[in-house]
Amino acid sequence: MTERTIQPGKTPGNRVLEIDPLTRVEGHGKVTIHLDADNQVSEARLHIVEFRGFERFIQGRLLWEVPVIVQRLCGICPVSHHLCAAKAMDQIVGVDQLPPTAEKMRRLMHYGQILQSNVLHFFHLASPDLLFGFDAPARQRNIFEVIKKNPELARQGVLMRQFGQEIIEATAGKKIHGTGAIPGGINKALSQETRDALLPRIDTIQAWAEGAVDLIRDYCQAHPEQIAHFANFPSNAMSLLREDGAMELYDGKLYAVDTEGQPIFSAVAPADFNQYLMEEVRSWSYMKFPFIRSLGSEQGWYRVGPLARMNTARFISTPAAQKRLLEYRHLNGGANGETNGKGMQHASLLYHWARMIEVLHCVEQIHRLLEDPDILSGELRAKGERREEGIAIIEAPRGSLFHHYRVDKNDQITYCNLIVSTTHNNSAMNRAVTEVAQRHLSGQKNITEGLLNHIEVAVRAYDPCLSCATHALGQMPLQVAMVDATGKTIQQFTRDSGHA
Amino acid sequence: MSRRIHFTVDGQSVEADDGQSIMEACDAAGIYIPRLCDAEALVPQGSCRVCVVKLNGHTVAACTQPAEDRAHIESDTHEIRSYRRDLVRMLFHEGNHLCPVCEASGQCELQAMAYRLGISQDAPYPYLQPVRPLDASHPDIALDTNRCILCGRCIRASRDVDGKHLFEYVGRGIHKRIGISAATLAETDATIDDYAFSAGVCPVGCIIRKHEGYEVPIDERRFNKQVIGSRIEAKLLDDNEEEA
Ligand code: SF4
Ligand code: SF4
Repeated sequence: MTERTIQPGKTPGNRVLEIDPLTRVEGHGKVTIHLDADNQVSEARLHIVEFRGFERFIQGRLLWEVPVIVQRLCGICPVSHHLCAAKAMDQIVGVDQLPPTAEKMRRLMHYGQILQSNVLHFFHLASPDLLFGFDAPARQRNIFEVIKKNPELARQGVLMRQFGQEIIEATAGKKIHGTGAIPGGINKALSQETRDALLPRIDTIQAWAEGAVDLIRDYCQAHPEQIAHFANFPSNAMSLLREDGAMELYDGKLYAVDTEGQPIFSAVAPADFNQYLMEEVRSWSYMKFPFIRSLGSEQGWYRVGPLARMNTARFISTPAAQKRLLEYRHLNGGANGETNGKGMQHASLLYHWARMIEVLHCVEQIHRLLEDPDILSGELRAKGERREEGIAIIEAPRGSLFHHYRVDKNDQITYCNLIVSTTHNNSAMNRAVTEVAQRHLSGQKNITEGLLNHIEVAVRAYDPCLSCATHALGQMPLQVAMVDATGKTIQQFTRDSGHA
Repeated sequence: MSRRIHFTVDGQSVEADDGQSIMEACDAAGIYIPRLCDAEALVPQGSCRVCVVKLNGHTVAACTQPAEDRAHIESDTHEIRSYRRDLVRMLFHEGNHLCPVCEASGQCELQAMAYRLGISQDAPYPYLQPVRPLDASHPDIALDTNRCILCGRCIRASRDVDGKHLFEYVGRGIHKRIGISAATLAETDATIDDYAFSAGVCPVGCIIRKHEGYEVPIDERRFNKQVIGSRIEAKLLDDNEEEA
């Protein structure tokens, strides 16, 4: 259970609110809400402590160790780091094209990871908010209550996640922190036995994935007001895409579109990302703010992750998910509830719907791969001419993940820079928190738990993995504080970091 | 034909050729005595002390001590197991052993020994946390001496099998280290085909064959398939040999 102690500020009128911690967000952070003299929210900030421990730790290590070591950054999406580092090391060992078996095994691993991560988020983290309402007390908005109220749904969530984890185990050797991907390839093909054990279950998993999409679609359709008014703001979007515009999660070129879906840049090779993106430092935040160079820091911020991927993609390459994409694009999702014509969606809550469409896509992709004979045998590893630099991008569950390394002639790492999805979404999350704070808290005298929970729900939509975004292995507290116009903290809300 | 002798190990009777070490005799009888510095094809040196046993009440190293007729040997007793556990735990504390990210994990004898001996928690010793630079200068081989347990297997392999003397101990006591015959590995005449660099000579992840790390899938790693010593216990004699 979480508890909140409220310490009223001495100066009425000018206040800062702090929420601590955001429950059910991976990792921890801190929010400050800045009020003006009239008790109106002027701005809200999500503070994340950046710790570059990993980049230093990896210096001097051998290049093939990196995909294994880097997984230790994150307990939630280690596979994404594993694969992204392996893709960067492919570059360094001079392999541009993996043997088919290797590429397919890695894709299988990746789809298994997105499946399990998105399902975890949806069923464990998001569904309590959706089933019980944002204003419900924290003791009700948790997975245990979901299980009580809807045991079959909870069971499906558990079994879908388990299926994804079994895929990871079958490809990486372990459910968590495996060693499957190696520079230039993979260390094994799928055994016939494992394939035969997984394949018969795929239809049930797909049916459940369809059911999950129905659930979130019905929710969104039944709550048009909430979708339209809760943290709904237009933004640019960025993701990898296949060159024909299909959504692409494992590999591809980088694309960015504006709020109307018009291209900002297209088909950028991962190695050239520096020419298109920049990172800005702001005095109050340890986490950087990346932006699109051509638009500048004010206009150039963007979103990544499921919502952004639906906005950048022309289509989805698997039929069931494509059908669901069209359905999603028809929602009246404009800021004022009107249809926006181009199918662009900007409401933060639609991340949840997009996430489930991706789950369906992953299930379809897993199905294809399990039926592909290449997955069972073939060349596992390719070799090429050594290079000094490797830059790779992968679409992790939470959005684009960048890994950039330099390696010396002795095979030792000399440079490492990671840009994780939570960092890409930094501006958007701040925007979402500000938006919600302005709409729900401005002018209120009494701050209720439900109101503070709205902020949590907004942040949670982005599924920020704070510990990973900050490259920290430990935890970091998250608080909400209220700051007056002079910068003085006049009220602070602190919740014990107990577990919900 | 040498004389046959008879002795007991933890009450079990063992027959051996006169002059055989306790360890050789036990190996042949399917009794595994834990060891780290000894390996097939190398002269035993009795330095790691993990093979400690009691011969008629006196502690000796089983790899170097000849078996004696009518002797009583204790090996798998509470007291000796606890000595072995302490010795192995100290090795973890002397070096830097981050098994979860180490490429030797699952193939490493130190790790496998810790599992076999049931070592699960930290010992009450300080972690020395040495900071020893990696020598990755050679195109095919690297040395990460943070993981070295000073077993000297590389010394004997290079000297006695390859005839090269690439490795030598340097320093004494707590300062003892493994040294190489030049400032960096690249300046020695080491080649990847030397016996000293073949799999199974270095028991841990100190000698690294470059670009081979993590090539073996987790479920095919040597000690993920079988407990260390189990091949000897199955009377397959050579515990270092991979299964056919
Ligand atoms: S050498 Fe062995 S004990 Fe040391 S870290 Fe590697 S696997 Fe673990
Ligand atoms: S390098 Fe390996 S073989 Fe040589 S002494 Fe150290 S642990 Fe033993």
